[in-house]
Amino acid sequence: MSNPLVDMQKPDVIFCIGTNMTECHPVAATGLKKAIARGAKLIVADPRRIGLADLSHLYLPLRVGSDTALLLGMAHVIVREGLVDEEFVKNRTTGFEDFFEHINKWTPEWAETITGVPAKDIETAAIWYGSADKGAIYYTLGITEHICGVENVQSLCNLALLTGHVGREGTGINPMRGQNNIQGAGDSGALPNNYPGFQSVTDPKNQQKFKIAYGKEIDLEKGITKVTALELCGDSIHAMLIDGENTLISDPDREHCEHALCSLEHLVVIDIFLTETAELADVVLPAAAWGETDGVCTNTERRVQRMRAAVPPAGQAKPDWWIISEIAKRLDFNGFDYDSPKPIFNELCNLSPIYAGLDWDRIDIGVTDEFNNQWPVPNRDHPGTPRLHEGTFVNGKGIFSNVHYRDPAETISEEFPVWLTTGRRLQSYHTRTQTGRAQGIDYFLPEESLEVNPADLEKWQLADGEWCKMSSARGSINIKVKATKRSPSGTVFASFSFGDVPVNLLTGSGYDPVTHTAELKVCPVRLEPI
Amino acid sequence: MPGVHKMRIDGTEVTFSDGETILEVAQRHQRDIPTLCYDPRLEPFGGCRLCIVELAGARNPVASCTTKATSDMVIRTSTDAIEAYRRTLLEMVISENREVDVHSLRGYASHELASLRDKYEIYASNIDGTKSGRSKADDNPFILRDYDLCISCYRCVRVCAEQEGDHAINVMNRGFHTQITTEFDGLLKDSACTFCGQCIQTCPTGALADKKALRTAGTADTVPEAQIDKTRTICPYCGVGCSVDILTHEEKIVGIHPAMDGPANQGALCVKGQFAYDFVQHPDRLKAPLVRGADGELHETSWDDALDIAAAGFKNVHAKHGKYSVYGIASGRAPSEAAYLMQKFIRAGFGTNYIDNCSRA
Repeated sequence: MSNPLVDMQKPDVIFCIGTNMTECHPVAATGLKKAIARGAKLIVADPRRIGLADLSHLYLPLRVGSDTALLLGMAHVIVREGLVDEEFVKNRTTGFEDFFEHINKWTPEWAETITGVPAKDIETAAIWYGSADKGAIYYTLGITEHICGVENVQSLCNLALLTGHVGREGTGINPMRGQNNIQGAGDSGALPNNYPGFQSVTDPKNQQKFKIAYGKEIDLEKGITKVTALELCGDSIHAMLIDGENTLISDPDREHCEHALCSLEHLVVIDIFLTETAELADVVLPAAAWGETDGVCTNTERRVQRMRAAVPPAGQAKPDWWIISEIAKRLDFNGFDYDSPKPIFNELCNLSPIYAGLDWDRIDIGVTDEFNNQWPVPNRDHPGTPRLHEGTFVNGKGIFSNVHYRDPAETISEEFPVWLTTGRRLQSYHTRTQTGRAQGIDYFLPEESLEVNPADLEKWQLADGEWCKMSSARGSINIKVKATKRSPSGTVFASFSFGDVPVNLLTGSGYDPVTHTAELKVCPVRLEPI
Repeated sequence: MPGVHKMRIDGTEVTFSDGETILEVAQRHQRDIPTLCYDPRLEPFGGCRLCIVELAGARNPVASCTTKATSDMVIRTSTDAIEAYRRTLLEMVISENREVDVHSLRGYASHELASLRDKYEIYASNIDGTKSGRSKADDNPFILRDYDLCISCYRCVRVCAEQEGDHAINVMNRGFHTQITTEFDGLLKDSACTFCGQCIQTCPTGALADKKALRTAGTADTVPEAQIDKTRTICPYCGVGCSVDILTHEEKIVGIHPAMDGPANQGALCVKGQFAYDFVQHPDRLKAPLVRGADGELHETSWDDALDIAAAGFKNVHAKHGKYSVYGIASGRAPSEAAYLMQKFIRAGFGTNYIDNCSRA
């Protein structure tokens, strides 16, 4: 997030797109509710009539995968209506002249033909956001899990750059991260293109730095993403070490994924349960869980925080850092002699400019009047950075992107006439390895169901509460039907949480070519009674 | 200085800022004013009247939680008359409750009434109040609705509306028949309730209580209050990073309290962070390393053997297919030290960038 969580209470106009925040980030949503109670206007764009839509002043029910068109239409209106922050555009951006030409043809009337959202509502949304003193954008995987995820994000950046809604309190472009340390995993360098601290692996300066730090010849090329690695399993990838990911259930196209992992010569999985993925491994190593292990994590607002052990690990389970170190030592790798997480985190801080002012002891003390510990923290005296892009952008000027709308990888057809979109629900989390084992959760959510608009039941000969067969180009699953107006006519929804209703058997039609994020939000399907 | 003013509290001159209440100023200066309906995160309510103070020039005592501080106010927080008034109020409140000594696992603030009872030493009373509230049978697994202990402070109603924005909890009837309830007096699951647990954490009497913690821990006999430890950590679910305290008793997790000073959540939690903690000590946990045997099945083995086999496998593949044949995937839920070492394992060990984390799905 460019802005801190406390800023969620402060905007005048909030634009939420592709985020089911009241279910997926409920505590963050309380900030928005407070802003609304204070008089802020909420615009929600989502194919489903989610809980957030009920709180909104303007709801834009766009067709799945049409976000870019909606955002181009909004940018057109902001320019047409003279709502551009000219001072901001002049001083802090580049490429506006070209963008001005580009945006001219993407009218809200055109956007209506793609998105299904009435042009006048697109205009209203643009005018509200464009006229706001403080306008803030919040988004989640509904923006990124598309083949055009990068264009979607660039389109949001265009809106913020046009209006100057960035680098100030109560504004910003704010993606919400979905796992408690997914930000920290990226910060720590578990990425094929970046060393720790988002230092590019292709920059010779960084290569030199890590060559010295690790005493090892450094690869001059970027690595490959997990998506590519799974495609190459059995071909050029022959061994994997997976820590705490139930790849088989969480990733798209389960059959492909299972085939990939099974074709490895050697698979080692570190996890807290024998997940579907661990069941395929040659060696399964039991990790200490949350509550059993000490360490550091980073939240969605870039705040680095301490996790602490409260109970001893189950059985012989060991912390992840210990397990990885022990394997490394047996391979005679240098630099894995650690006796606790503290020197590991301090090593990470020493190698990462964004963590340079942090160390274990400072994180252990936590937030004080003096220190907020939100990165970048460039030196010991630095309090941390709650808001990014204040006064200047890290890379110089904000760049307008002349994006074009693209259809999803697969579109509905005679064979697969219904849009399936996927996500999470309030009470279950990811593949339910955790919530599925928490007593009481079943009271609310005992099983998965497919949310279908009541008006569509007859068309597909389905009945509320009955099972149906749902098929995509990749496979079929059986799932119980739940009639609800949360789903618009022609679009159905299911979560990917339940192993016995493996929705990710169906998904996986395409990937964003830059980020390799899968298009989990769009999958044409066919529904049949059984 | 603009916006900073002076007043006197208990004979000492103190400063305050625009908008502060007398209670906030007094608490900042370590004055101990009793409250029951007050939660610093909520709008002041002025219902319980325990926080009354003497204000020079005013005919009656004023509620310090709702009265804004103004320049040159002279306040006394504890006079004989004020304390006698508070004592009577407390006696009346206590007389209406079935019990005062509730288990601290009921909720974060559940001890507040008992603490005040101890402070004012109200162990016997001439007041025989009618019991207030009637408990509501509700089969939900998380929230106990034990309204026999309710004192109608409305903290639950207000936290649900102001903090959560859910408006699931309402009040019905008036006066002595006041009853905390949900819409149409139904079950919580049929209301707007999201089971975030904020009501049980703000309740000062344990009337709304953590049913799961009480069920997990058993009774005060099995989990004595003094033997509950708290460990500050971060919630294991989404990326908001809410601070929580894990409650443990003899190496068993018995509940979760939200951290009221958590920088990301300021005391708020959701149903997962509040109640979905027991996966940690679930019987399904992996307790020993497993290695696939000649029979194709996974078998328990020692750490030494498992690590040797894990390492040998990587060594063989590396020797046979080269460094670009090994790939590492780091976790988005393990601490950063795990992700850092995973990338170091690949970069420093094999000399490639064949590393990713689970954020692309």
